[in-house]
Amino acid sequence: MEATSIGAGGPGRRPRLEAPSRRWGERAIQGLLALCAVLSVVTTTAIVISLVGPTIGFFQDVSLGEFFSTEWFPTFEPPQFGVLDIVAGTVNVTLWGMLFAIPIGLAAAIYLSEYASPRVRKVIKPILEILAGIPTVAIGFFAASFVIPIVQDVWPGGFLGGAEKPFFALAAGLGIGLMIVPIIASISEDAMSAVPRGLREGAYAMGATKAKVALRVVFPAALSGIVASIVLGVSRALGETMIVVLAAGSTPNFTLNPVESIQAITSFIATTATGDIAQGSVTYESVFAAGTVLFVMTLAMNMISIRLVRRYREVYE
Amino acid sequence: MTQEHPSIAIAAQARGHHAPPMSREKVFEIEDLSVHYGDKPAVKNIGMDILHKNITALIGPSGCGKSTLIRCLNRMNDLIPSARVDGRLLYHGEDLYGPNVDPIQVRKLIGMVFQKPNPFPKSIYDNIAFGPRIVGMAGDMDEIVEGALRRAAIWDEVKDRLNDNAFGMSGGQQQRLCIARCIAVEPDVILMDEPCSALDPISTGKIEDLMTELKEDYSIVIVTHNMQQAARVSDMTAFLIVELTADERERWGEIVEYDETEKIFTNPSDQRTEDYVTGKVG
Repeated sequence: MEATSIGAGGPGRRPRLEAPSRRWGERAIQGLLALCAVLSVVTTTAIVISLVGPTIGFFQDVSLGEFFSTEWFPTFEPPQFGVLDIVAGTVNVTLWGMLFAIPIGLAAAIYLSEYASPRVRKVIKPILEILAGIPTVAIGFFAASFVIPIVQDVWPGGFLGGAEKPFFALAAGLGIGLMIVPIIASISEDAMSAVPRGLREGAYAMGATKAKVALRVVFPAALSGIVASIVLGVSRALGETMIVVLAAGSTPNFTLNPVESIQAITSFIATTATGDIAQGSVTYESVFAAGTVLFVMTLAMNMISIRLVRRYREVYE
Repeated sequence: MTQEHPSIAIAAQARGHHAPPMSREKVFEIEDLSVHYGDKPAVKNIGMDILHKNITALIGPSGCGKSTLIRCLNRMNDLIPSARVDGRLLYHGEDLYGPNVDPIQVRKLIGMVFQKPNPFPKSIYDNIAFGPRIVGMAGDMDEIVEGALRRAAIWDEVKDRLNDNAFGMSGGQQQRLCIARCIAVEPDVILMDEPCSALDPISTGKIEDLMTELKEDYSIVIVTHNMQQAARVSDMTAFLIVELTADERERWGEIVEYDETEKIFTNPSDQRTEDYVTGKVG
């Protein structure tokens, strides 16, 4: 190839329109990127498939009717497989955790986005993001050793006399709440900060107060991001293991009472799948069946939220 | 009608005092006004009287502080933490920056339309109803919404789709919706910060017609880049330029000339105004 063939050439020379090379490097990069994208889909699919086999095996031994009932004692003799006990446990902890985390997280987000001076935001936002990275085992230990005695002191007996228990759902719920506040606050703050300044100015120019601008203009305009943060929080709460193992107890219990000792789906899996259960046994398969239930719950959560967001979000631009 | 708004203490008080002929009544009296962002000046030595039920245009090259100046008039600059306003700015004779003046109340009386149409991502109806709801206006909301849309001359175009999202409208319609939204809270003054700069000529023409109609009821101040627009719609025009210090470290806007629009465009007193309006510079 001549060096002069790069440009359009001088007078009388035909300009060159063909590619000077096959550009293999370009293709290799594209292929590599596609491979990474596919990999995440493949692993997710593999996890689902690995759940399906043992779950089908499980339902050859246990009827759907028994599965969707209460009394969950898969390691007893005779075993009982009423999964609603541990589903209730997971819902119990998630419910109280979110009741704690959503208002505080959203209030923090509104403060940071609309009220805090740039200097305050610059300090608080990174701290929040660091909080989101605290290992959950540390939060679980904090919940068990610190939150439980406090709840027992300020709320002796709880309702229905539950808080006498050494471990109970509310302790894990508050721990999970602590874990999720930074997630909700940080993502919601991003969504609210992304609302164009013009929208705020339009409202201010009509005599809106700061609170009205925040709640009636910025909050609805950022709703899809806010809902996304809550969904992420709920998904984290549903799947959280260490905190519930350490603070919620290990008693399958069909209740939403926050001061009862409960067992969540995750804590059942973590405490049962230890290696001393016989592979292929019904107990072994029950771990996978419980995992499938958790997977379906999270999936349903995500699907509902996508619907909600499509329906209610305010699209700007 | 708007001036008799019962909650408007400042306006009512001012009207009682002096009674010059209507067209010469002053809405704003500005004396030696300057605005700084941090320690950098944006405009200096501004002095002008803005007349009631007139259209007043601010023209001048980019960076001359037109927008900064107009944003002083409804205290929008308060929202920028580093902004500092010095000098005197009277609104119907009352100090707009006085210690007891509430900027929220000021903005109810002095509305604003922005450069880029900024409807809320809500329905057309809710866009108009937003202001009356937050200021707690009494009366039938449907009537308030219809009235505002009619006065902004956009009712016929939107009456069949009041529940559609405002973002489905064209840019020109969005801007007229923003004007309707501004009118809905029954202000006394409408400030327009380059309201047509994002619009095509036909939409611009509609907004200019609308401004001429609105002049019956409101005082309008408009910032514009478009000299023909100022010439077409305004009664009074102020021409601002950028001043520089000798070392060019600081730049700020100042008024060169403020007079009746016709005089500014046909027989300006200052050579710099003439150069600008005849297109020799800028």
